[in-house]
Amino acid sequence: MNFAHVLFEAAPSLWRGLEVTVEVSAVSVSFALVAGLLFGTALAYGPILLRLPIRAVVDVVRGIPVLVLIFFVYYVGPAAGLELGSFSAAILALSLFSACQVAEITRGAIISVHHGQMEAARAVGLTFRQCLVSVIFPQALRRFLPPWINSVTDTVKGSALVSLLGIVDLMLAIQQVIGRTYRPMPFYVLGALIYLCINYALSSASRRLEAHFAYVRD
Amino acid sequence: MTEPIVRMAEVGKSFGATRVLDNVDLSVGRGEVVTIIGPSGSGKTTLLRCINALETYDSGSIRIDGVEVGFRDGDSRRRPRRDRELAQIRAATGMVFQLFYLFPHLTAVENVMLGLRKVRRMGRAEARERAMRWLERVGLADRAGNLPSQLSGGQQQRVGIARAVAMEPKMLLLDEITSALDPELVGEVLAVVRSLAADGMTMLVVTHEMAFAREVSDRVAFMDGGRVIQEGDPESVLRRPASERLRAFLSRIG
Repeated sequence: MNFAHVLFEAAPSLWRGLEVTVEVSAVSVSFALVAGLLFGTALAYGPILLRLPIRAVVDVVRGIPVLVLIFFVYYVGPAAGLELGSFSAAILALSLFSACQVAEITRGAIISVHHGQMEAARAVGLTFRQCLVSVIFPQALRRFLPPWINSVTDTVKGSALVSLLGIVDLMLAIQQVIGRTYRPMPFYVLGALIYLCINYALSSASRRLEAHFAYVRD
Repeated sequence: MTEPIVRMAEVGKSFGATRVLDNVDLSVGRGEVVTIIGPSGSGKTTLLRCINALETYDSGSIRIDGVEVGFRDGDSRRRPRRDRELAQIRAATGMVFQLFYLFPHLTAVENVMLGLRKVRRMGRAEARERAMRWLERVGLADRAGNLPSQLSGGQQQRVGIARAVAMEPKMLLLDEITSALDPELVGEVLAVVRSLAADGMTMLVVTHEMAFAREVSDRVAFMDGGRVIQEGDPESVLRRPASERLRAFLSRIG
C-alpha cells in the first residue's frame, strides 16, 4: 500500500482528531481570556483581600506542569466532590492553566500604562469602569497581544496532553493511525506540520495586530 | 471676595509620619485667579490633588460650591464617597497636569471629546463641535487630527487645557503646567491661561513663573511645610514678604 492510500484511509479519523484539538483549544482559550482578564484586572486594581487569593492561585498553578494539573483535576477532583468526565476535566485544567497566564499578562499590560493616564481620566470625571474601558485597556492592548498570542499557542500545544486522559484529539488520532499502519515517521511529521500550521497562523496574526496597534506611543 | 467656589478649612494630610498639609485654610472666589507658590515639597500639588479628589485628606474640609469633596455630606463618620459620586465631583473641576497626560491613543480632538461624550453624555457631532471650538481657542484647530506624539510639548499642554475647559468646569486647577516645557514653549501656554483669566475663569494655579503669578493673580498664597504662610494680593506677597522663609524663597527663585 502506498502512503497516499494509507493517508486517504486515515484522513477521516485525523480530521475528527483535529476537530477535537481545535475545540478543546478554542474553549480553553475563551474561558481563559475571560477569567484571565478579570483576575489580571483584580491583581492590578483590586483590594488586598481579593488580590491575595488570586495571587496565590496564579502562582501555584503557574508553578505546576500542565500535565500534572490535568491529572490532578481528573483524579483528585472526584475526592473533592468534583466529578468530571475526561473531556470536562481536561478543559477545566487547560483553562485554569491558561487563565493564570492571561491574568499575569493582563496585570503586566495594565501596570505598564503610566499612572498619570488613570489620573487624567479620573480628573476628566470618568468613573473607574469608564477609565478602564476608554483609557487604560486600549493602551494596555498593545502590550497584551504579543504575550497573549504566545499563551494561546502554548494552550494549543498543551492540548495534546489531553490525549493522556483518553480523549481522541489530533495527537491520539495520530497514534491510533500509527498503531493500525505501523508508519510512525510520516504520521508524526504530518501531526507536527498540522500543529505548526495552526500556531504559525496565530503568530503571524499576532504580528499583524502588533503592527496595527504600533501607532500608540507614549 | 465674592462667594467662594472652593472653600478649604483646616485641611490636613499625612503620608506616614510626614505632615504634607497642615491646617490649610484657603478659598477661591468666583472668577478669581489664586496662585500658590512655594518650594517643592511644600504641599502645593497635594492640595490641588485633594481638591480634585485624586488624593484624600485626613482632616478638615474642602467644599466646592458647598459640596464636601472627599467625604459624604451629613455624615459625622467621614465615610469616603463612592466612585460615581467622586467622578461627578471631579467633573466639576478641570485639572491640567505638569506632564500633560494626554491620552496617547486618541487624537487631539478625541482627547477633548472623551469627557464630553462619556461624562457630559453629548452626541458625537455636538461633542466634536465643542471640542473643535476649544481647540480653535487654544490655536490648534489645524492639529485636531494629530496624535499627542505628533505634537510639541507646548501644543500638548494646550490640548490638555482644552480638554479641561471644554467640560465647562466651575474652576480650573493648573499644576505647574509649564514646568516640563522648553523655555521657548512656555509663552504660548501662558498666553492661553491669560486669555482664560480675562474671560473670568476661576483658577487655582501652582506655578514657579513669578512674573506670570504677579500678572494674572488676584491673590497669591505662599506655602511652606504644608502650611499657608502668607496670603494676599500679588504686590504685597511678592514685594513685601512678611516672613524670612518667603524672602529666602523669592531670592532663590530670582
